[in-house]
Amino acid sequence: MSRSDEPQMQGIETDTWQQLLRRLRSAPVLATFGFLLALMVFFSIKAPGKFNTGDNLTRLAQNVAILTVVSVGTTFVIAARGIDLSIPSGIILGEVFAAEALRHISVTTNGVPGKAIDVSARDTNAGYILAALGAALLAGLLIGLLNGVIVAYLRVPAMIATLGTLGAGLGVALIIRHGVNVASYALEPVANAHVIPGVTNLILIAVVVFVLGVVGLHLSVFGRHTLAIGSNEEAARRVGLRVQRHLVKVYVLGGLANGFAGFLSLAYFTTTSVGGHTTDNLQAITAVALGGTSLFGGVATMFGTLIGVWIPAVLKNGFIIIKVNPYWQMVAVGAVLVLAVWIDQLRRRGQQR
Amino acid sequence: MSESTITTASPAGARATLPAIETVRLTKSFGTVQALRGCSFQANPGEVTALVGDNGAGKSTLVKAMAGVYDPDGGQILVDGREVKITSPQVASALGIETVFQDLALAPDLDAASNVFLGRELRMLRILRDQREMRRRTASQFAKLGVGLVQDLRVPVASFSGGQRQSVAIARAAMWARHVIMMDEPTAALGVIQTAKVLELIHTVRDQGLAVIFISHNLPQVIEVADRIEVMRLGVRVARFRRGEADLDLLIDAISGAFANDTSDPGAAGRADQLDEGVQP
Ligand SMILES: Nc1ncnc2c1ncn2[C@@H]1O[C@H](COP(=O)(O)OP(=O)(O)OP(=O)(O)O)[C@@H](O)[C@H]1O
Ligand SMILES: [Mg+2]
Repeated sequence: MSRSDEPQMQGIETDTWQQLLRRLRSAPVLATFGFLLALMVFFSIKAPGKFNTGDNLTRLAQNVAILTVVSVGTTFVIAARGIDLSIPSGIILGEVFAAEALRHISVTTNGVPGKAIDVSARDTNAGYILAALGAALLAGLLIGLLNGVIVAYLRVPAMIATLGTLGAGLGVALIIRHGVNVASYALEPVANAHVIPGVTNLILIAVVVFVLGVVGLHLSVFGRHTLAIGSNEEAARRVGLRVQRHLVKVYVLGGLANGFAGFLSLAYFTTTSVGGHTTDNLQAITAVALGGTSLFGGVATMFGTLIGVWIPAVLKNGFIIIKVNPYWQMVAVGAVLVLAVWIDQLRRRGQQR
Repeated sequence: MSESTITTASPAGARATLPAIETVRLTKSFGTVQALRGCSFQANPGEVTALVGDNGAGKSTLVKAMAGVYDPDGGQILVDGREVKITSPQVASALGIETVFQDLALAPDLDAASNVFLGRELRMLRILRDQREMRRRTASQFAKLGVGLVQDLRVPVASFSGGQRQSVAIARAAMWARHVIMMDEPTAALGVIQTAKVLELIHTVRDQGLAVIFISHNLPQVIEVADRIEVMRLGVRVARFRRGEADLDLLIDAISGAFANDTSDPGAAGRADQLDEGVQP
């Protein structure tokens, strides 16, 4: 087809700068991004040489890395109009499965027989790490599969289904570990070593997961089907999407992200955290909602999620640095969350007929 | 097979083509509501078949049964004379059957191209969407339909007007239909120009050999565009007309129950043969 007989309509050709600017202005994610930047500027002015140092920003990135991984998965789930409250059990089962895998690998270090879980960071190897990774992902897969099947096929509301697997998963973790945590340095290099100088692997991994999330949500067919189902499940069904199967895939994706976060958590903190991570689900949902992803499904942005992960972290870090009681962070995050979603609602109501 | 197709087709000397799609005594209940009570229907290739009937007559239910949305309780669906089980929308698509649903069935948060190509995305590197090409094809499809979209093609269809949304659903069905296209009140929200374009489109796809099923409450419009008209009442077909056989008054009589000429309605079976004479050529 020749160019000339094509209709003149906007949005077909590549963006001009003007169009790009106009899109950005109408994008709610920009407002949130502006808020994050304003916060960072504020703390930089208030505490010069303390907040805005490379060290502090790296520490921040390190602190948010695991939540970033979790939130990427959660963005998919919420985009499909689902919710995953079972995040903590996915993470902790991930840790526990990884630890159990290491506990079952026999090793001989300097002629002394032992288990892989007890090796030092120096004596570990790729084999142990991969075994632990596989086990953590298996835990995430199982819990995600369970969530997906219960929600999509048994039609139990996602809130209840994942509340159920939250409790059950935490219980299983406690049973496996008899309620006691176990330490291991076998995975430490995964988080704390450097492949790229100056950037810990943990940060690098979070960046890679985020980029995969962007591609998966915004550029892939899978992401588009996820949004379509979140937007109008019946319409998706009528054009022939296999809605139930797709929902299972989405929950499995969320579960895998959680299991992987468990693996990273064990690597970073060098111990399992049975009884910990209890508010990670709420933190992830907060991040996703702050970022402008609609809890009613169909509208989601991965960039927004990243910003939503950073805002609470910057607030907490900044408050500590400027010596405000850090518990104010919880108050501030709560207020900002409600405000952000309210503004988004106003905007949407103005847009829709 | 029902006597309706055999008796109507054979005496006149077997018709060259079988109906593109046909239902035989289809039944469907929702709880205590019997939406279809043994409904027969047929649409031939290269013809516009209008389906008319009062509100609640069961037109949309019949269409959804043929679209794989509802699983009928009883009866048969035949495509090109062969019985098929349209158990899901995928089966309908595979048979080349596309539908403009009365409620449109669009994803409001997605843009027009994403809706038109939903489930049939053009891909790059197997998993990525070729959004540019999908937008281009959607735009030329809209141009064919005379849809002037003032907005950017990227905006969600939620921000479209009712008529523009309807155009998106029509563009989608027209893009993919290969055998049968069913339109459940496709012009209800359209302006004059767009309505004319849709009627033009209906004739274009008919001339390509597709069977067009057209549901409308606008009877003058129906009389104008339809090659045949089938009338439903209370879940069954009660009358059928060829082009020129029914005027407005007769059509209203059929819709309201004052006139019937159908052979396949179980209640009308006794007088079927005489009445049928007047219908068939
Ligand atoms: N999903 C459903 N659940 C329950 N009842 C239904 C459902 N769909 C249709 N019905 C009932 O079946 C009957 C036929 O409905 P249908 O939508 O097929 O009518 P229609 O001929 O398309 O009417 P209209 O001209 O108003 O669109 C109605 O009594 C309706 O209430
Ligand atoms: Mg209807």
